[in-house]
Amino acid sequence: MIRNTLLFLAVVSLAACGAPESTTTATSDTAPTTSTAPAGDQSVTLYSGRNEKLIAPLLQQFTQKTGIKVEARYGETAEMAATLLEEGARTPAGVFLSQDAAALGAVTKAGLAKPLPEDVTSRIEARFVGPDRKWAGVSGRARTVVYNPKKIKPEQLPQSLEDTGNRRYRGRWGVAPLNASFQSQMAVYHALNGPEALDRLLKSMVDNQPRRYPRNGAIVDAVASGEIDWGLVNHYYAWEAKKDRKDLPVENFFMPKGDASSLVNVAGVALLSDDPDAVELLRFLVSDEAQRYFAEKTFEYPLVSTVQPVTALQPLDQLRTPDIDFARVSEVLPETLSRINASGLSRN
Amino acid sequence: MSERRRARVSAFTKASALAIAAFISLPLVYLFVRAAEAGSDAWRLHLLTWRTVELLRSTAGIAIAVLALSILISVPYAWLVSRTDLPLRRFWAVMGALPLAFPSYIAAFTTVSILGPRGALATAIGRPLPEIAYGWSGALLALGLFSYPYLYLLLVATMKGLDPALEEAARSLGKSPGEVFIRVVLPQLRAPLTAGGLMIVLYTMSDFGAVSIVRYDTFTTAIYDAYRGLFDRTVAALLATVLALLTLVVLFIEWRLMRGIYHGASRTARRARKAVLGPWRVPALLFVGSVAAVTVVVPLVSIAGWSMHGAGSQSNPVEIANSLAVSAAAAIVCVLFSLPVALWSVRGRSAVAVAVERLTFAGYALPGIVVALALVVAATRLARPLYQTAALLVGAYVIRFLPEATAATRSALSSLSPLYEEAARSLGSTRFDVLRRVTIPLIRPGLLAGGGLVFLTAMKELPATLILRPTGFETLATRIWSETSVSAWSGAARPSLLLLVASIVPLWALVIRPVIGKNS
Repeated sequence: MIRNTLLFLAVVSLAACGAPESTTTATSDTAPTTSTAPAGDQSVTLYSGRNEKLIAPLLQQFTQKTGIKVEARYGETAEMAATLLEEGARTPAGVFLSQDAAALGAVTKAGLAKPLPEDVTSRIEARFVGPDRKWAGVSGRARTVVYNPKKIKPEQLPQSLEDTGNRRYRGRWGVAPLNASFQSQMAVYHALNGPEALDRLLKSMVDNQPRRYPRNGAIVDAVASGEIDWGLVNHYYAWEAKKDRKDLPVENFFMPKGDASSLVNVAGVALLSDDPDAVELLRFLVSDEAQRYFAEKTFEYPLVSTVQPVTALQPLDQLRTPDIDFARVSEVLPETLSRINASGLSRN
Repeated sequence: MSERRRARVSAFTKASALAIAAFISLPLVYLFVRAAEAGSDAWRLHLLTWRTVELLRSTAGIAIAVLALSILISVPYAWLVSRTDLPLRRFWAVMGALPLAFPSYIAAFTTVSILGPRGALATAIGRPLPEIAYGWSGALLALGLFSYPYLYLLLVATMKGLDPALEEAARSLGKSPGEVFIRVVLPQLRAPLTAGGLMIVLYTMSDFGAVSIVRYDTFTTAIYDAYRGLFDRTVAALLATVLALLTLVVLFIEWRLMRGIYHGASRTARRARKAVLGPWRVPALLFVGSVAAVTVVVPLVSIAGWSMHGAGSQSNPVEIANSLAVSAAAAIVCVLFSLPVALWSVRGRSAVAVAVERLTFAGYALPGIVVALALVVAATRLARPLYQTAALLVGAYVIRFLPEATAATRSALSSLSPLYEEAARSLGSTRFDVLRRVTIPLIRPGLLAGGGLVFLTAMKELPATLILRPTGFETLATRIWSETSVSAWSGAARPSLLLLVASIVPLWALVIRPVIGKNS
């Protein structure tokens, strides 16, 4: 026993020996910042939580137009946000392009985001700009119900999130519980209606035996094949699927109730340095050219009034989006996730 | 038993081992700092919950189950290929190690695409399957079937060197071959079983790729969820601290099991006679054949299948070169680092030496994201020029995978008598000369095998690579990631196949050949 105890002591004291030097350094968040690239060096570092295939061609257009080189790092939005929080003011990044508003809220809350210039935010509809102009959406994705018009009529579809628990849908609908957009939708519901209401909603969903899918795309496939009648997705997946097969029996339905059921999530940007090249990149992302790119390539909603979404999308101004602060959503999200986990929705 | 006496270990060795251990414990320091920032309220709120108990149960549960499945596969498999007259022994020996080349997320995706409710098997039999591909059973299949080679390789290496005299004595006393195996062979396998078992348990605890795809909650998925949802690093750090404590328990158990093990300096002059399988040949072939079919052929076919429907972008040779370069660098550094750590713990045998060696396991059971973020903090504050360089990425691989090299070096060293080194010393060689001219050449197969394991694991590493790589630095693993995050898995087929091909050559040259030998 003595040897065992000694071993433990040795391990603990070693760990402790290692601690002091790094402790001081790890907590000295107040050290002077050296991160900002020298102004006007014709290059900017972008942390992109959006995929390279989608973003790289757009960045090429930007470089061609302005001569400013973009050093782009690609990663998962949440992990990039975590990295930014650990880097603090020492980040080499000039711009953070995030897949969702929650990550932008977290970066803002940590005091890393600088106010966006007026000429950038004034282009974007006010409800998609963060408090104090610390972030702005650049493209929108609406939560919708994708359905198979051969199997079900729009008037038979759920009119609200609560309606998904209606018994007539039992076993005939789909959800992707691990998908970040679904989770945001639940977090918005949580923020608007409180934890008890969220638990009730989740329970009614679980009781209604949804089919679980790993991602939104799989739901659209299952709807098209008739395996399920409808599923909860982002609006552009049906468009993606129809790009190659126009006759695919999948349509979007926008739940009329409003609030979390007609959530429009945004992918957006935060400014992390004073580099004028970074600001130039932001200006480009809200330009007509870039906004048209989002509309045509990803079927997302452009967020500037001068560019229209691709046809047959319900116009953005007709969607009764919930009036909610996304920083608040990112605050409740962890609890939302653990409630989703506890409900059994993400398990089979 | 004279092998068990202590030998002198130089101050330089000790100092290097201490410095290495300090480097490896960076993530622990980071976790303690972050966890200490949390008030006692946070501890109560986030850790004193049923969820923690549930996570402990699910994490320990899957680790034990994966270990059990690995033992069930690897012990008979290793025995068949190393000690019997099984036909095509060398071929089967190689097949047994190949699953190591598959990243766990590919293993899991294969499991789901075949056994899923709408998977290939369900399509073939024309009705949906129960959800065995998900949850506990899915995690067990994806992790157990693809990580057993860690154990298998150590077992093969040991079985080949076993002194046949003991078994022959038992046989001559009238014991049946089965009894001989259980009462004589198995006890001699305690060392590889505990060492390989430790690797498998810790690997399972740190895995994210497989458990996230089959939707089985462990501490690692909870840590990722915390980073993902919360952006509050405290909760993630609290959870990871519990995981680190759990690792300590596992290391302690392994240390208890290892105590009193006779590391046979078994340099028998003769080879054991191969057991004659006779009519048992058929079930034996069926066993190794089905293991190889499930763990090698099926994933290969399904990857090839993805590439059929889906354009997928062509892979850039730079990605292959990048993968090879950083993984090889990590392997070399790990082998170098494993030397002082293993030398001290095997030759010195003091409590401090053992503690230092255990401490180098710190990064192995932690999820990659924790190691990566620890290095983000350390590099941005202490070594700014290193941040987002390949060197730092290699550092992350070393923190994550050093134990694979240490385990191999340790087991090679413990079966090498210190008498050789003492003889060289007495003839006037310096310590360094002895190391270079006597010790290293004699344990070379062990060093190569350890380096090979690190290389293979680094080739498929994703979470730390994504966070720490230089800007614009693409590897095969990051390419698979970026393909799978846009489209289905079809685009990932080509980089996945390239990853396998690029892994098979070093797997053969560094791991399989030294362990299995040329004419086994």
